[in-house]
Amino acid sequence: MADIIKRATAGTMESSDAYVEISPAEGLEISLESVVQKQFGAAIEAVVAEVLEECKVANAKVTVIDKGALDCVIRARVETAVMRGRGE
Amino acid sequence: MKSSKVVKSIQEAVALSGLKSGMTVSFHHHLRNGDYVLNMVMEQVAAAGIKDLTVNASSLFDIHAPLIDHIKNGVVTTIQTNYMSSKIGKAISNGLMKSPVQFRTHGGRPSDIVLGRTPIDVAFIAAPSADCMGNCSGKYGKSACGSLGYAVPDAMHAKKVVVITDSLVQYPLLDWSIPESYVDYVVAVDEIGDINGIVSGTTKITRDPVGLVMAQRAAQVIKHSGLLKDGFSFQTGAGGATLAAAKFLKDIMLRENIKGSFGLGGITGYMVDMLEAGCFESLLDVQCFDLKAVESIRKNPKHQEISSIHYASPSARSAVVDSLDVVLLGATEVDTDFNVNVHTDSNGYIMGGSGGHSDTAAGAKLAMIIAPLFRARLPIVTDRVNCISTPGQDVDVLVTQAGIAVNPKNKELALRLKDAGLPVVDIHELKAIAEKITGQPKPLPKGDKTVANVIWRDGTIIDTIKNVPTEGGTL
Repeated sequence: MADIIKRATAGTMESSDAYVEISPAEGLEISLESVVQKQFGAAIEAVVAEVLEECKVANAKVTVIDKGALDCVIRARVETAVMRGRGE
Repeated sequence: MKSSKVVKSIQEAVALSGLKSGMTVSFHHHLRNGDYVLNMVMEQVAAAGIKDLTVNASSLFDIHAPLIDHIKNGVVTTIQTNYMSSKIGKAISNGLMKSPVQFRTHGGRPSDIVLGRTPIDVAFIAAPSADCMGNCSGKYGKSACGSLGYAVPDAMHAKKVVVITDSLVQYPLLDWSIPESYVDYVVAVDEIGDINGIVSGTTKITRDPVGLVMAQRAAQVIKHSGLLKDGFSFQTGAGGATLAAAKFLKDIMLRENIKGSFGLGGITGYMVDMLEAGCFESLLDVQCFDLKAVESIRKNPKHQEISSIHYASPSARSAVVDSLDVVLLGATEVDTDFNVNVHTDSNGYIMGGSGGHSDTAAGAKLAMIIAPLFRARLPIVTDRVNCISTPGQDVDVLVTQAGIAVNPKNKELALRLKDAGLPVVDIHELKAIAEKITGQPKPLPKGDKTVANVIWRDGTIIDTIKNVPTEGGTL
């Protein structure tokens, strides 16, 4: 699978959406900021990690700013950011 | 004979009023987030070296954030209010005060003032127009806000009353809200508030499709409740979905030629439209939310100002809420026992208050909550709300986009709605549907310090609000 070759983003800061930024890095680094951190922080981190694994991303810095997005939205935003980061 | 009660400045009025450390000052909130008066007064009070005050304000908004410093400096040690927006609310939730905030309701506050449970030493009335003897009104002047209903119990029962105006008119001001007989001092200032924060230009109806579905369902619930007939009375909040419900209700009333008796509340332009279209005989108004409401209360004799005592006091011989048929209300959370939270946000921070929520829910024959199934991933229906603002015994129906839950105590209503083909579901089912989509939220961690007591309209504490613990610590 192709590496993340450039900085890319997906999503918005609107309520119920998530904004995902991905950029090249050594190893995997995920950071999350969420309006529902207390209630769903761990669940969101798990789903982000899961999508990255499915997409076979091993080296990237991923920042997620979550505004209360559902899992399906988070998955879609992360996948899109990965594709854009690979220049696809 | 006194020929004028006008004094030079707020500073002088504070001095003449005899205000001393340990006393209580009061304010009303008709200027909402445009109010300059509370801050101007508290600045003078602090400058005079007065400490340990109780501030009894019908509501507090973000503009009143300077109160936070007055609390830190020991000028203010107790707060009594019916509503607090998020800026001060967050500071309180972080443990700012030693003694818990006392939250009352719009009916409970005047009741406790009249009964002498919360005596006021000096009341400060923000008056958009006043004369030199203190007759004052909210309907006229550059800062016109309409009704002054919440200020009436303060004016009647405070030991001293100071009227602060930016429009001093010739004596006598006619059509007063508060007569001179209650007023000790009058102060003229340049500006009592910022008109942009006092009233909104127009209140807009939601265009969100989920909001519209809920609104349409809510109107159907009212239609089939058995209450929608000649003489019908109604109150609604100013939220997007509740306003949209009012629009659908108006369509039904006009189509079926139903002549209601009165609209109640904080009044918006939308209720004015309903009055003018003939849906109601009158509007009873304790607070105006927008310019259209202000203009209407000034011009239309059928649009009547009422005091907060008359609006909702549980200890009055009667109050208008007791004659109310239907109220539409919002919620941040509703639990499976129909208890409603309007005090705290999804992280446990204070960002609201009952206002008239529990008063109208208690008085109305049908108290309806409109809320989406979930908001930013957080299900509305929970096992137990983080704060009980309005007890479930007073809530009849929860309307969501996924179905209508009827309080089990209300069997007849559930049958009526089912017969009308409306999607009546068990409230537990709404919780399950939401959690299937959002996942199950982890419960919020609560601190161990009580930062506020929620005092129900009869004076009993129905819940307490705890501090929000910071990461890794309790406070």
